[in-house]
Amino acid sequence: MTSTRSATLFALALLAPALIYILTIVAYPLVDTIILSFTNASLRAEYDFVGWANYQRIFGAGNFTDVIIRTFVWTFFSVSMKMVIGMFGAMLLNAAIPGQTLFRILTMPPWIVPMAIGIFMWGWMYNGQFGMISGMLQNLGLTKGPIAFLAYGDTAFWATVVTDVWIGVPMVTIYFLAAMQSIPKDLHEAAWTDGAGRFYRFRRITLPLMVPAIITMSLLSLIATFNSFDIIWILTQGGPSGSTTTMIIDTYKTAIGSRKYGEGAARAVVISIFVTLFCIVYFRAVRRLQQGEAK
Amino acid sequence: MIDRYKWYEIAGLYAGMAVFMFFVLAPFIEGFLVSLKPLAQLFSTPYSFIPRNGSFDAYINMWTSVPALGLHIFNSFFISTVVTLIVVAIVVPAAYAFARFNFAGAGLMLGGFLAVNMFSGAVLLIPLFRLMRTMGLLNTYWAMIVPGAAFLIPSSVWLLRTYMLRIPRELDEAAWVDGASRLYTLRRVILPLAMPGIVVVAIMTFIGAYAQQFIFALTFNSKTEFMPLPIGLFAFFGKQEVVWNELMAASFVGILPVMIVIVFLQRYLVAGLTAGAVKQ
Repeated sequence: MTSTRSATLFALALLAPALIYILTIVAYPLVDTIILSFTNASLRAEYDFVGWANYQRIFGAGNFTDVIIRTFVWTFFSVSMKMVIGMFGAMLLNAAIPGQTLFRILTMPPWIVPMAIGIFMWGWMYNGQFGMISGMLQNLGLTKGPIAFLAYGDTAFWATVVTDVWIGVPMVTIYFLAAMQSIPKDLHEAAWTDGAGRFYRFRRITLPLMVPAIITMSLLSLIATFNSFDIIWILTQGGPSGSTTTMIIDTYKTAIGSRKYGEGAARAVVISIFVTLFCIVYFRAVRRLQQGEAK
Repeated sequence: MIDRYKWYEIAGLYAGMAVFMFFVLAPFIEGFLVSLKPLAQLFSTPYSFIPRNGSFDAYINMWTSVPALGLHIFNSFFISTVVTLIVVAIVVPAAYAFARFNFAGAGLMLGGFLAVNMFSGAVLLIPLFRLMRTMGLLNTYWAMIVPGAAFLIPSSVWLLRTYMLRIPRELDEAAWVDGASRLYTLRRVILPLAMPGIVVVAIMTFIGAYAQQFIFALTFNSKTEFMPLPIGLFAFFGKQEVVWNELMAASFVGILPVMIVIVFLQRYLVAGLTAGAVKQ
């Protein structure tokens, strides 16, 4: 391809708007976060550098360590459930049964509808006295009294996980479905001729060939779930008594709620370090998968 | 499939499908039924799934309960539209540059774009807040548009680049041989051919912008006149009780156009999703 100087200049000219935009709105803020994390910045205009004080404070209190652990537990369960339910959904949508197209369309709303609106609907479903879940359980006689899912730490934790799974499932399902459909049909046909049953073929053909898709999707899902804000904020705002406070929520409360920009920035830096680690793993996995494909 | 399903397998598939569909659609079904129920019925026991004396009153009353509702819906569409225009204008040339030119640092930049995709706006909220304040954009549409577009650009660049790589290079080269300038080639040869890909990017961006306008709106704007629907819906949370039936009615009116988009464009959506699966 043309690698003359004018071609390079032309390419850079085409890229300039994108680069300038991303550098201003994403890269510069990232640098600013790191700088701020070493200051005592707050709502006031002037602030001083305080060294590692913010980091010492957030890790010294022990509180933030709990938040980190909770974030990972929350993310782990949410991502694993998304993968399992997504695989289940993809298998169903892949089956040649009448109504297939309609079912595929009906899978998409949680992904496409503005997140906040779906979350409001869940907020009603979890309503202790009159919500659908509590109401159904009572009508069926499974529980004696109403259950206010969002009022107790344990149930609130799982309620936010379930909602996060619900929002993530369509994307995972459709992606797995596409991966499933790209598996050559003759593999299945050959195995079928040899007398392999449906379950055997799934375990020995479909699943192994889906591994790249599963790895890619679980890493992407991991990053998205780790960064999840809207669901917890709308349902519980991190409560009751911190039982749903993940790192993002904690950062938001510190920085925007209490206007402690410096302390908030230190938390954001810790999050960024984790996200960067996930990215490195993701890039490595993608590269390895591509090399595998090339062979 | 090669072997045909036995009757019990078909039954199992439909049963599984019913469970799956219930999980996916329950909030929408329940939300819709709630929008039909009178408020008194919502707050009475025992719980009933099916509305008694169902009516569309909530769809009428909500406009008076929250006078700015129409404005919120308009704002959501306006913000998403401007975000889409900005993203498409920035992404088309960038994707072309990545798809056709080999220059130093191209791989690094592409990787950088992918990395940006992994950061959520929530992490960068503090500096973005300061930036918006410095630029004087707080409490304007721009406070939601500018950061909103930034986080949608990288995935769109990847998606469109993938699409453009499939357009044969010979077409560009033939145009150059005929003496067309590079810009002319991009405009007259590539743009028309890439149009389906650009449409996918535009739809995905619009949906993404509409779906994700919560945290920036929550943090960078406090004025009712610029509030998008997701934040505007909090107006239904009264001091004593939440007007759930009207809240659900407003939600449905707000998402109806997006739902219509799904039905008509689901093919493109699936294509886009799988080609550029880099963003939730």
